[in-house]
Amino acid sequence: MAKVKNTLEKPKNTGKVLRGLWRYLSTYWWMLLGAILLAMASNLFALVGPMLSGEAIDLIELGVGKVPIKEVLWYAVLMIGFYIVSSILSYLLSILMIRLSQRIVRKMRNDVFDKLMELPVGFFDQHLAGDIISRISYDIDVINTSLSTDLVQIFASIITVVGSLIMMVIISPSLVLVMLITIPMSVLYTKYMAKKTRPLFRKRSEKLGEMNGFVEEMVSGLRTIKAYAGEEVVLEKFDHINGEAVEAYYQADYYGSIVGPTVNFINNISLTCVTIVGSVLYLYNKLTLGDISSFVLYSRKFSGPINEAANIISELQSALAAAERVFRVLNEPSEVADVYQAKELANVQGKVSIKDVSFGYTKEKTIIKNLNLNAEEGSLIAIVGPTGAGKTTIINLLMRFYDVDEGAIYVDNNEIRELTRESLRKAYAMVLQDTWIFGGTIYDNIAYGKKDATMEEVVAAAKAARIHSYIKNLPLGYNTVLNEEGMNISKGQKQLLTIARAMLLDAKMLILDEATSNVDTRTEIQIQKAMRNLMAGKTCFVIAHRLSTIQSADNILVVNEGNVVEQGTHSDLMKKRGFYYRLYASQFE
Amino acid sequence: MDRVFRYLKPYYGQMTRGLIIKIAGTFADLGLPWVLAYILDDIIPYGKVSYILFWGGIMVLLAIAARMLNIIANRMASKVAKNSVQAIRHDTFERITNLSGAQVDQFTVPSLISRMTTDTYNVHQVIGMMQRLGVRAPIILVGGIVLTSTLDPVLTLILVATLPLLGLLVYLISKKGIPMYTKVQASVDKMVQTIRENISGIRVIKALSKTEYEIQRFRKVNDEVIGNEIKAASIMALSSPIMNLILNTGLAIVVIIGAFRVNAGAMQPGKIVAFLSYFTMILNAMMSITRLFINYSKASASAKRLKEVLDTKEDLIVTPVKISTEQEQEYLAFDQVSFSYENDEEKLSLKNISFQLKKGESLGIIGATGSGKTTLIQLLMRFYDVTEGQIIIEGKDIRSIPLKELRKEFGVAFQNDVIFADTISENISFGRSLSMEQIIEASKDACAYDFIMEKENGFSYEAAIKGGNLSGGQKQRLYISRALANHPKFLILDDSSSALDYKTDAMLRQAIRNNYQETTIILIAQRISSIMQSDHILVLDEGEMLGYGTHEELMEHCEIYREIYESQMGSME
Repeated sequence: MAKVKNTLEKPKNTGKVLRGLWRYLSTYWWMLLGAILLAMASNLFALVGPMLSGEAIDLIELGVGKVPIKEVLWYAVLMIGFYIVSSILSYLLSILMIRLSQRIVRKMRNDVFDKLMELPVGFFDQHLAGDIISRISYDIDVINTSLSTDLVQIFASIITVVGSLIMMVIISPSLVLVMLITIPMSVLYTKYMAKKTRPLFRKRSEKLGEMNGFVEEMVSGLRTIKAYAGEEVVLEKFDHINGEAVEAYYQADYYGSIVGPTVNFINNISLTCVTIVGSVLYLYNKLTLGDISSFVLYSRKFSGPINEAANIISELQSALAAAERVFRVLNEPSEVADVYQAKELANVQGKVSIKDVSFGYTKEKTIIKNLNLNAEEGSLIAIVGPTGAGKTTIINLLMRFYDVDEGAIYVDNNEIRELTRESLRKAYAMVLQDTWIFGGTIYDNIAYGKKDATMEEVVAAAKAARIHSYIKNLPLGYNTVLNEEGMNISKGQKQLLTIARAMLLDAKMLILDEATSNVDTRTEIQIQKAMRNLMAGKTCFVIAHRLSTIQSADNILVVNEGNVVEQGTHSDLMKKRGFYYRLYASQFE
Repeated sequence: MDRVFRYLKPYYGQMTRGLIIKIAGTFADLGLPWVLAYILDDIIPYGKVSYILFWGGIMVLLAIAARMLNIIANRMASKVAKNSVQAIRHDTFERITNLSGAQVDQFTVPSLISRMTTDTYNVHQVIGMMQRLGVRAPIILVGGIVLTSTLDPVLTLILVATLPLLGLLVYLISKKGIPMYTKVQASVDKMVQTIRENISGIRVIKALSKTEYEIQRFRKVNDEVIGNEIKAASIMALSSPIMNLILNTGLAIVVIIGAFRVNAGAMQPGKIVAFLSYFTMILNAMMSITRLFINYSKASASAKRLKEVLDTKEDLIVTPVKISTEQEQEYLAFDQVSFSYENDEEKLSLKNISFQLKKGESLGIIGATGSGKTTLIQLLMRFYDVTEGQIIIEGKDIRSIPLKELRKEFGVAFQNDVIFADTISENISFGRSLSMEQIIEASKDACAYDFIMEKENGFSYEAAIKGGNLSGGQKQRLYISRALANHPKFLILDDSSSALDYKTDAMLRQAIRNNYQETTIILIAQRISSIMQSDHILVLDEGEMLGYGTHEELMEHCEIYREIYESQMGSME
């Protein structure tokens, strides 16, 4: 069965993925075992039903006045009894499987999330948030559905198929022969149709994805569309894409809709054959009426799982494909663990030195070559250069988001790779270009970096960042809940909040990544006063745009196309009349 | 779901035809056990194999008919689903594009996106499924009753008796289950939001060593999802065993009653076989109803969310507004304008703003973050309505001008504008069917022409979503090209040269001064050098006008303005 060629959904390394899934399943082996036992029991009980009804019908067949009512009654009561037990068992089974699969899902999600926290930050630059999210929600959901239903169904099916077959052979081997013609027919047919419709279903997902992308783009740009009265044009484009999406959906349905009735048709044919042959056999007294009845019921039971097999297999395949996507995240290399007996960086003074450092994100392309830099305690290092020149790379190395390829970085004469990451990173305060506000109160957002920060401390930090008066004027003040999108707060205010967050830390070193680019000049004047206080006594690395910062820097790194092209104080570099000079001069034209 | 079902109305005819075909198909299906019973009870006694074969042939014909009719009905159902969903999506999208700024704020952009995508998808699935699977079970049930009543009316009563039980079960479970799935969906949304936050803030989280805290936070939302899902699924899991039990008990009762009736000579035993067959058929059809359940509960939550969008009333209505004779003379004027996003007089984002511009004049606006600069623009273009006061354009209150006519007069580049995944020229022309000459001219004025020509394919270069393959400065120059391209009466540049170097910025202003003399310009900037030469300058602070006048006047009278000037110009020396 598994030979069906499946180019899109079939995982590349089935064995590995299965082993991965088994690791999760085997954690809960006792639940799994319980489920298998329940499935067996419940289905065996259900199999007894048709046999009992057959027996009863044989008794009824004796005809007018001869029917032993008591015995028939006994069979009927037995039937009900068996069905009750079977129903209870199957409900218990469902509950068990729900719990089992939810446990696995919970564990998987937690594992993926833990992994995300361990991954180097570069992973997030290379993967779209939407893609990561779809793995943790949609993909794991697919696995869940498959685990909770398919797994049990497979066991149940095997029991039902084998059980029914045995029953049918017992009743009439010659009738079973009839079944042998129709069963392969329906198996082959569903396989054939599945293969034929798969590209249609693939196209359907593609088109839906296209439409979703378009909607996302347009709704995000709604204001611009309205400003240019482009509603109609956009709607027209949407109609086109929407038309394609529903058409693809329809096409898949159009062919998909043949499958159900056809399988049903084959079953009906099989029933017809059983009826004809059965009747002939009955005519020649080779078979009783009860036998035919039981046989018909069993044959329906028997063909059920066989027809479902095609569905189950395709579901399993997409579950495996989903599992593979999940495992691919889990198998990403994490940040290298701290070295054995890594030191805690304590009593930070803030002396940073970079010695002969080379680094590239990929082996092929070295971005930083032989960088040397000494930053004394409390000094100000400015990093300047055109956009995209690799300024953030230096920050990534300092914070150990990446490890250097060659050379070493020292903080207070400790090689940073010998320190715990946590203590190293805690020594820095950081304000990044992309302001990050999470769904929570203003208080939570400011106090984020410092455990148990008191309200006084938070207020002090907010005052220093010149946002206190704004917060105070909000109806809920520091308890105002910010949503993720930050719809209720401007970009500049977000920036001020992150500055307040940095202010609250007792870090000895400070990283500012174009931190004031979203704040207008007037606010910036105010911030800079506070910022100077913050910077006092700290070693500062500033990715700088503004002239004032650059001029007072103790050392300026000039970065271009990934390389540090010049280094020195403002006056040194101006004298040199090199790249920096040109960059600087351009601002006055 | 009612709101969504309204979209099915035009297809009622088609659906009825589909239903009739489906009924016919299902009856063909149901005919088989009937023939089976007939053969067993009435044909076999003749003892002729040829008779059996003849009736067998009829069974084959019924099977063929069942297949054909069911396929046709399914396809008709898909077609209805296709057409109605297409209309739902069209209307929802149209509604979204016509929402006012305040309404968009209320829904939030991500929520609108998910309504358009996930929710319409859920509805699509269910509309199709309902017509295919949803009606099959009831038809089989009712059809079974009709057909079996011809076999033996007394046994049929048993079938009828199961009906209210099954109905009650469906009702109870869906009543309990649907809100539970709504809850599941809400907790999933929360989980996704947590992940999204963590992805976007990963650097901060790592820098502050908060991974452990975030992991705990995630555990909590994850547990919530799991808890809700277990609850919902456990309810749903009841349906299948109970249905099984009800029908199987019915089956046993058929045997009992059958025994009495045969014994009394009231019926033949073959009919019991047919009844048993019907029960299994109904059972199988019922199983698919369970599946429909889960989808339906999801979809009805979705339909509710769609309804909210579809039923949002237009709130920027065009109405005649009285204006004074003085106002009739104004070209562009703010007259005592106040505004609050929450419509709350206590929380005004703009207070008593007044100014007048003549044709061809320029206004520079400067002020701190959050001082209301962008809000002012949004009022002028009527994304929001003023809370108090009036805005006049060409002697009319803007509320009396149809929205599209109003906005057509504007060229605007927003602070965080967007580039769409399309060609450069399409991004500039933006559906306004401008000529290539106009596009090129605008791009030259916006200092964008040179970099565009350096791209492969020049103006046909495909920009990525959100302009991912363009630099910040390039994007800003495209926004400005877009704003200039139709020589608007009013040009608004909201902090749209911040990523340009001083030289380009100066060139740009020069070009606008020379080539757009008829255009009234509003410039918002952080660099004082960008607005210094404007005819009027407005200094905003916390929504209030702190100063209004020319550069020279403000240097003399406005302390804040002087402070900004000195700090900025000072640093350049």
